[in-house]
Amino acid sequence: MSSFVEQFLNGLIPGSIYALIALGYTMVYGIAKMINFAHGDIIMVGAYILLIGLNASGVPTWLAIVLAIAGCGILGVVIEKVAYKPLRNAPSLAVLITAIGMSYFLQNLFLVIFSSKGKSVPRFIHVKDFKIGDITVSGNMIVTLIVTIIIMILLTVFINKTKLGSALRAVSEDKGAASLMGINSDLMISMTFAIGSALAGVAGILWVSMYDKAYPTLGAIPGIKAFVAAVIGGIGSVPGAMIGGIALGLVESFTKAYISGELVDAFVFGLLIIVLIFKPTGILGRKRIEKV
Amino acid sequence: MTKMKKFLSAAVVAAMTISSLAGCGTSSKGDDTTLTIGGIGPVSGPAASYGTSVKNGCQVAVDEINKAGGVKVGDKTMQLKLDFQDDANDAETAKNAFNKLMDNGMDALVGCVTSAPCIAVTSLSEKAKILQITPSGSQKECAQFDNCFRVCFTDPQQGTAMAEYIVNKLGLKKVAVLYANSSNYSQGIKDAFVAKVKELGGSIVTEEAFTEGDVDYNTQLSKVKDAAADAIFVPAYYTEVSYIVKQAAEKGIKIPFFGSDGWDGILDQVSNKEVLEGATFLSPFLYTQDDAKVQSFVKAYQAANKNATPDQFAADGYDTVYTIKAAFEKAGSKDIAKLEEAMTQIKVEGITGTMTFSKDGDATKSTKLIQIKNGEYTAIVAE
Amino acid sequence: MANEFVKAKTKEVRKSTIQKAVIIALAYVGVIALVSSGVLGYQYSSVLISVAVNIIAAVSLNLVTGFLGELSLGHAGFMAIGAYTGALITLHLNLPAPVEIFLGLAGAGIMAAIFGLIIGIPVLRLHGDYLAIVTLAFGQIIASILNYVKSITGGAAGLNNIEEYTTSDHYLLVLTLVVLSVLIMSNIINSRYGRAITAVRDNYIAAEATGICIRNYKIFAFVVGAFFAGIAGFIFAHNVGVIKPSKFDFNMSINILVFVVLGGMGSIKGSIIAAVVLTVLPEALRGLSDYRMLMYAVILIVVMLFNNSKLRKRLVEESGLKKLFTKKKGEA
Repeated sequence: MSSFVEQFLNGLIPGSIYALIALGYTMVYGIAKMINFAHGDIIMVGAYILLIGLNASGVPTWLAIVLAIAGCGILGVVIEKVAYKPLRNAPSLAVLITAIGMSYFLQNLFLVIFSSKGKSVPRFIHVKDFKIGDITVSGNMIVTLIVTIIIMILLTVFINKTKLGSALRAVSEDKGAASLMGINSDLMISMTFAIGSALAGVAGILWVSMYDKAYPTLGAIPGIKAFVAAVIGGIGSVPGAMIGGIALGLVESFTKAYISGELVDAFVFGLLIIVLIFKPTGILGRKRIEKV
Repeated sequence: MTKMKKFLSAAVVAAMTISSLAGCGTSSKGDDTTLTIGGIGPVSGPAASYGTSVKNGCQVAVDEINKAGGVKVGDKTMQLKLDFQDDANDAETAKNAFNKLMDNGMDALVGCVTSAPCIAVTSLSEKAKILQITPSGSQKECAQFDNCFRVCFTDPQQGTAMAEYIVNKLGLKKVAVLYANSSNYSQGIKDAFVAKVKELGGSIVTEEAFTEGDVDYNTQLSKVKDAAADAIFVPAYYTEVSYIVKQAAEKGIKIPFFGSDGWDGILDQVSNKEVLEGATFLSPFLYTQDDAKVQSFVKAYQAANKNATPDQFAADGYDTVYTIKAAFEKAGSKDIAKLEEAMTQIKVEGITGTMTFSKDGDATKSTKLIQIKNGEYTAIVAE
Repeated sequence: MANEFVKAKTKEVRKSTIQKAVIIALAYVGVIALVSSGVLGYQYSSVLISVAVNIIAAVSLNLVTGFLGELSLGHAGFMAIGAYTGALITLHLNLPAPVEIFLGLAGAGIMAAIFGLIIGIPVLRLHGDYLAIVTLAFGQIIASILNYVKSITGGAAGLNNIEEYTTSDHYLLVLTLVVLSVLIMSNIINSRYGRAITAVRDNYIAAEATGICIRNYKIFAFVVGAFFAGIAGFIFAHNVGVIKPSKFDFNMSINILVFVVLGGMGSIKGSIIAAVVLTVLPEALRGLSDYRMLMYAVILIVVMLFNNSKLRKRLVEESGLKKLFTKKKGEA
């Protein structure tokens, strides 16, 4: 039993980080109706900013963390302005290819600057490990879980209870009508990118606190997995992203533990295909009817 | 018709570009004053550090040999020239690189650095009758033809050596294994290790697989913890190992770690060196080793490469060049049949140990064990 | 009236047939001249085969992405299936080379097509972003399974010592395969099927309203694309001699996509030229592959931005460039 609980925890932690990343995907998709493929790579940029901040003398840890989050937020807005905004009326294929190009650009830019070798990030979260019987829960795990839960609550409140949140929802519902109501939809889209990318920054920080290392392709796999999570949960839905992320983490952990490590990818992506076939808009997604 | 004209002109331009490019590589084979050593390995892409190390190691050897007068082949004395090409750890690119080297008049090949490109190139080198010595291609097929040899250990050699050390020497009978099933290197060592441990009367309490590039090993480590092993063996490269040792420490796993030569360089990869305390791995080369040859190599390498610390790949590259030198001097000719024969007769005193070569291409040399003590690499004697 | 139309059409067809014949003849003469005169040397003779593989892969992806208008990110997966099937056939059979090659090619293409069908039927119910991500997922699943069934595929180490039937020593065979593949694909595109496929791309609601069965045409394009990706995989495997699952990864799919995008989506000629240039160039600039990937990323972004920019519209409208751009869609 204790091993089952431990495997559950082993899945819960990466799952909650996936959920954080998936939130960014979901928000951007909900409002800009596009997959921001470069979202995963923003995690990587966040990790590198943190690394540089921690290694620079005289920068306190909290400042390094703030810089990483803010840097990611700004990067998200810049990417949107440079690469996606000119394509707002272009076919979705063009936007998707641009997003893939952007993802590749970030990865290879950092590869050229920092080389492919991973750089280890000094330990910056000091929370004591926690023991229940045989099971050890590391301090990092506890911090990750708590941060994820807090962010999810804040985000839900923001979207549902504040004025800005309802403006966001209005733009997502019908951009034209929202503009007529006096909502600046460009500003809303920029804000979404800023928030989503800042969340990716948080995910990046939690990621290196768990796994200790920054490298140029760090964001690629978690990015794709989180995207899968967002789609499974129903893209555009905030609770869907949480459910999808955690479900994915658990599927990974249990496949590794009880079936085969080799088949993890097959199961994760197989799950995606099955969900999409039976429920093309994901578990909590809404059905959209395409109009001419 | 305009369409066709356009296409025609495009075709002509393309043809001209290609032919002008091809014109660059003029052959220099048959030259009696230089011996061109070709090299192939990844100097770009994710595996770049391996290829770069080999290239730099080879260059140190080439410069040293040229300074000392060159290579005596028969009655002629030749200077060495190193022509190292990138393969980005890709078999197709490696084949093109080999062909480029042929155009450039290569006499012998150091390479390839990684296994799959190396195997792909063997059929070409056999056809072209070129002596091919891989510094680090450990998969069996890397030395499959008569003209192919290797300087490094084979994967099974490493697995067997570690099994003997753990079970016989240390008396640890219950071993857990954690290996990368996406890597033939890791898989090859693991297979031999498991077979040898069983033969020696030990038992494998759990065998957990992961994929290269994974970062989360908690699932596998939880199972290792449940299995109550005496030792844990991880044949893998340092990137994966660095995650594993850290997460194991967080899980409270306190049994000793053992590894393969891919662990070389592990200390730079962890932020907290304590998690590696007491870990033991096998390596052909230790840069702090108290040996005049090793130290002079380290000095020359650091002088040429901005104080970078040479790793086993650099040492393997260095030894490969000296092996080629020995083979050509013994054979006294560039004839492949004579070179093949010479390879089995020479004895090379390298910085990765004293090597002799068998007809099937493998090197025989003693294994070195390295233990991490107080955050430093320390050599321990195997037998 | 109808008669006039048919006449004009046959004339057009005849003209394009002659044109094709001339181009093919030129390709043969050119390649034979280049290889036999020795200007290519060892290096560029072997690059020739890489060029061939990339041409077939790019044109077959163009069929799905350029003409059907659906982004497939799993094209390397189909190449993997072709490569493994073909290699397993030639490794296990002990027949004369021509027979083995024929069976291997047929097996590679058909197996990839079968997978295209199996995957296409459920997946093509989706479209746009969802379809792209599912094809990506499919590519990962293929790699994962190839790793898992070790007894057949050799697992991570892959297959070694595959008979080298399509190396530069056999360049005429490879050239013939390229010519045949491209010819068949371009004929499909210029046929009724091809026009239906492009109609689905341009406006699928309108296409459906005119009675085109969208699903069948989508699957058809997908299967044909997969078939030729399988052929490309066969040539790849029997040129390099070593294949492993990790080779056919996401990066490879992106590489092929870059050929298609740079050459112009929906232009076969463009794909061919892009495949030639982007294969020869990195070979000439060896050792810069880190920068190459960076360049590819920039190409993807810039081409997309330019294609949808006001600047391009102005250029098209105002200058002689108009012809160059407007022709793209119709011709193949």
